[in-house]
Amino acid sequence: MSENTQAKPVKVGGPGRGRVMGPRPKLENPGKILSRIMGYVMKFYTPHIFVVVICIVGSVLANVQGTLFLRTLIDDYITPMIGQATPDFGPLLHAISRVALFYLLGVACAYTQARTMVYVTQGTMQRMRNDLFAHMSKLPIRYFDTHTHGDIMSIYTNDIDTMRQMISQSMPQMLNSTITVVSVLISMIRLNVPLTVITLVMVGVMMFTAGKVVGKSGKYFQVQQEALGKVNGFIEERMEGQKVVKVFCHEEKSIEEFKELNEQLFDSAYNANKFANMMGPINAQLGNLSYVIIACVGGALALGKVGGFTLGGLASFLTFNKSFNMPIMQISNQLNSIVMALAGGKRIFDLLDEKPEADEGYVMLVNAKKENGRLVECQERTGLWAWKHTHQADGSVDYVELQGEVVFDGVDFGYTDEKMVLHDVKMFAKPGQKIAFVGSTGAGKTTITNLINRFYDIQDGKIRYDGINVNKIKKADLRRSLGIVLQETNLFTATVKENIRFGKLDATDEEIIAAAKLANADGFIRQLPDGYDTVLTGNGANLSQGQRQLLAIARAAVADPPVLILDEATSSIDTRTEKIVQDGMDKLMSGRTTFVIAHRLSTVKNSDCIMVLEQGRVIERGTHEELIDQKGKYYQLYTGNAITE
Amino acid sequence: MELSRTNHNQTEKARISKKGNTIMVKKLLSQVKEYKADSIKTPLAMVLEVLMETLIPYLMASMIDKGVEAGNLPYIFRIGALMLVLAAVGLWAGIMGGKYGARASMGFGKNLRQAMYENIQTFSFANIDKFSTAGLVTRLTTDVTNIQNAYQMILRMCVRAPISLVCAMVMAFLINARVASIYLIAVILLACVLSVMIRITMKYFSEVFTKYDDLNASVQENITAQRVVKAFVREDYEIDKFHKASGNIYKMFVKAENMIVLNMPLMQFTVYTCIMLISWVGAKMIIQNALTTGELMSLLTYCTNILMNLMMLSMVFVMITMSMASAKRIVEVLDEKPSLSNPEKPDYEVTDGSVRFDNVTFRYNEGSENPVLDHVNLDIAAGETIGILGGTGSSKTTLVNLISRLYDVSEGAVYVGGKDVRAYDMETLRNEVSVVLQKNVLFSGTILENLRWGDENATEEECIRACRLACADEFIERMPDKYNTYIEQGGSNVSGGQKQRLCIARALLKKPKILILDDSTSAVDTATDARIRKAFATEIPNTTKIIIAQRISSVQDADRIVVLDNGRIDGVGTHEELLKVNDIYREVYEAQTGGSGDFDENGGEGNV
Repeated sequence: MSENTQAKPVKVGGPGRGRVMGPRPKLENPGKILSRIMGYVMKFYTPHIFVVVICIVGSVLANVQGTLFLRTLIDDYITPMIGQATPDFGPLLHAISRVALFYLLGVACAYTQARTMVYVTQGTMQRMRNDLFAHMSKLPIRYFDTHTHGDIMSIYTNDIDTMRQMISQSMPQMLNSTITVVSVLISMIRLNVPLTVITLVMVGVMMFTAGKVVGKSGKYFQVQQEALGKVNGFIEERMEGQKVVKVFCHEEKSIEEFKELNEQLFDSAYNANKFANMMGPINAQLGNLSYVIIACVGGALALGKVGGFTLGGLASFLTFNKSFNMPIMQISNQLNSIVMALAGGKRIFDLLDEKPEADEGYVMLVNAKKENGRLVECQERTGLWAWKHTHQADGSVDYVELQGEVVFDGVDFGYTDEKMVLHDVKMFAKPGQKIAFVGSTGAGKTTITNLINRFYDIQDGKIRYDGINVNKIKKADLRRSLGIVLQETNLFTATVKENIRFGKLDATDEEIIAAAKLANADGFIRQLPDGYDTVLTGNGANLSQGQRQLLAIARAAVADPPVLILDEATSSIDTRTEKIVQDGMDKLMSGRTTFVIAHRLSTVKNSDCIMVLEQGRVIERGTHEELIDQKGKYYQLYTGNAITE
Repeated sequence: MELSRTNHNQTEKARISKKGNTIMVKKLLSQVKEYKADSIKTPLAMVLEVLMETLIPYLMASMIDKGVEAGNLPYIFRIGALMLVLAAVGLWAGIMGGKYGARASMGFGKNLRQAMYENIQTFSFANIDKFSTAGLVTRLTTDVTNIQNAYQMILRMCVRAPISLVCAMVMAFLINARVASIYLIAVILLACVLSVMIRITMKYFSEVFTKYDDLNASVQENITAQRVVKAFVREDYEIDKFHKASGNIYKMFVKAENMIVLNMPLMQFTVYTCIMLISWVGAKMIIQNALTTGELMSLLTYCTNILMNLMMLSMVFVMITMSMASAKRIVEVLDEKPSLSNPEKPDYEVTDGSVRFDNVTFRYNEGSENPVLDHVNLDIAAGETIGILGGTGSSKTTLVNLISRLYDVSEGAVYVGGKDVRAYDMETLRNEVSVVLQKNVLFSGTILENLRWGDENATEEECIRACRLACADEFIERMPDKYNTYIEQGGSNVSGGQKQRLCIARALLKKPKILILDDSTSAVDTATDARIRKAFATEIPNTTKIIIAQRISSVQDADRIVVLDNGRIDGVGTHEELLKVNDIYREVYEAQTGGSGDFDENGGEGNV
């Protein structure tokens, strides 16, 4: 019992879930985080917590009752009966049934408490997950640029897990232990003050040693964290590059390097665990020491009749001494996991405190129809869209037909204010035009398209959409009017059909199949085991890169947006297949303003305007023929005739 | 992650194959190696600690009975001193147990990691394909952590709890067999109930963990697909989906946990019932003079002890079962046999850079019907430059991977320097056949360190020369630290084209007889691409160069071009020849140049 019974939970599955944790750098404001966590729990579960507190008090009292009963059992019932000729067991039976009632109450309390805590814990976890996810979905793209996916994931797995530990175990345990400590302390003081002082001094010694040991192991835990980080980083990198290791016959060296890191990890892990393991025995034996001291000193006091202290009192005191040390140890055990939970809580709240994507836009996209040559808003889908512009000054409403005219006027942009990526970009896309961006990697092609749908906000200049400043358009409406196929194809764990339907949630099966046909994806989809109902997993891991791009094109096609952005949408489709897709793409692009980023001429050549970008500036613009005639950068890139820089 | 998900379902199967489990555990334990002594000392120390722990309450009881109650101060001192000695022994045993346990388990973890890592190094490409990268990482990290923690738990608790239970039981029986038999009955009853509960809980938990992994997978998916979600304005749709899933998880967790929370009250109920029964029976016996008060007190102390240990055992058991999934995943890696091995008397010399494919057929899976390469015959002379062209899935990469024996042919043979590749020492072969992989990686370290993967002893001048050949020197020179620039993990601080050029330079440093570029200049602009090829032609004329490319311009001036289609050679010849006779080649050529070509592409000088 005195052994450190607090089990390290062994968890199964999931990357990173078994992350070994040690003390972290000092938290800035632990009290604030704690009260925030409590607030989070109390917001929905105040009555539950109330019940739990009552139950804890109930079970502690039942326990104390049990301890007391043992003495009364012997002193008041058994001892008087000894020597009686015809002992009357009636009162004993009565007493036992009364205690049994208390015990039963205690069991009921323990059960109610545990059961209620399940709801509180799991409910809070669910709420936290939901809040995290909902909030995360509203964060600007910038957040995902500045935080690694691994770190964000770890909030959902590791940090949520520390919260579970804290809410379900540490908190009730702390409460339980505190109540026990207080009630036992009061009883002890009432029995004998000097002995209480000795007990407290011993507790102080225990805490002091524990602190020393924890400090020592904490130091090593930190070293272990670092070593573990190094080992994990090394493993990740080498597993990713395992084929390169093979090709370069680097196996031996790789093993040597790993061995060194692994050895370092062992060293720190061994030391950290060694000291952590010492805690239990040290505390247990110090508890025994405390017991012996009290027995000796108390014996001397009782026999010397100092202050009317009796032997019976000493016996009781010894029982209390034992039941005093245990909860203290439990509290110290829980402290570490609370510190860890607070660190986890901080990261959770950090995410929740991130400023969501701001949207001051008020111009909305609505369905419209023409009545007497005037645009009128309507509910049904007409295929005609209008921007509903409510003037803030007088509340009057204007409707502007959605046509897909996009204008960039002197746009400057940088991901950070210090480093501009785009300089003074001017662009004019008439409705239905096809605009292409070309240029080497890092020239700012993708960045421009990210500005049209306002993934990022510009530092200077203006972007107008059908004559409206994009900042005035509600982001959701702006993005709904733009179809986008990104360089990196992301599919979801769902059926093929659902993945395409992502573009338009109320699309019928016919519409989906039509879109798939348009993108030339119908053929391969039908060859999948369950056709359109085949479940894709792991970002479409069982499809080729090209097939995934075709699905992404179908997804954009079903959305049927007036403006299209194709960012290297066909880069992974080989030239021959692309020719087949091209028809579909042409159909898709006809009548829509389209922005195309591509390194293949086939997608670029027939554009109404080709913009050549270099280091964030538009250096050439014009049709294919014009640019060829100019014999500038485009010509150079196109013909491969290097003009030495 | 996928692998871990499927593995939860295997708990069912695992139960059936008890025998398989024993083999698995044996396999794992064979990695304890030099920590065997520590692994034995740990439970021994724990036993000693338990003995002390059992004796101390006994001494406490006698201290009260004969010392305190009798007012015998010298006796108190004597027993106190004895207790201190026992406590010191217990302390020593506890600390030693902790120390040995830590060393044994952490050492075990270290050995497991090392053994897995070393075995992975022997993996062939086929073995690597079988496990996903993420899967291997999880096995090396999370799974090992799980096992080493479980091992520590087993060493320290598994022996301790039963011994402690038995000790307490023996003491109880020594005091009074009749009363102690109440414990025996309680223990048996509780053990039965607990085992049923564990079974049900395990089932619930394996279900809930599967779902939990799915939930996390969907979070991961949403993080990576954030742009798509935003672009389609599907935030609310995804949030809704997530809420449903998390609500489901909530219900399942509550169901599973409600089972677990029965543990504590059940245990308390048993303890209390025992106390009641023993009080009643004990009281009667005391009056009949069959028991003393002190003995009754001791009996009651052992009561909690016995049941706590039973509880602990059940917990350890749950943990062992839960870590079985991790054990299984680790053993899978340890058990994986490399699909390629060196011949018995390997050849250590590659005479020249000629390559011959002799009726080569290749399948990735033995069982699959359609071969990836179908009866390929091809002769490449030393020093020749060969271009390989073909659509996605035409097996270009597969073809070249056979040359450095990254895979073994299914039928036929591949000859390098006139000898079957299977006759060479693999390292010799791979040093002479340098491949720049399509999916290439740089490692964290300086540029020089990365380059020296090609040749450990390369001088800085040699490295610079290789970079000049690969046209990498121009951007390296512009970097503040030049060749000492630190490449971040995954090469995130260099652009795609720069990375490719560094990879080419790295491969060049091997000074190979055969150089294979597998679509290695796709992110390099056409002009630079041309310069690299020109440098190859003039600087390393005797090296056989095999170039896979999407762009016609990259292969157009090769000595011969091989057109692959669906795993067959559709045509071989020079650019001009193929234009005349090969439909596929002409089609690609026209697509890339004529009306609609490849942008950063040399569209064929005559055609613009």
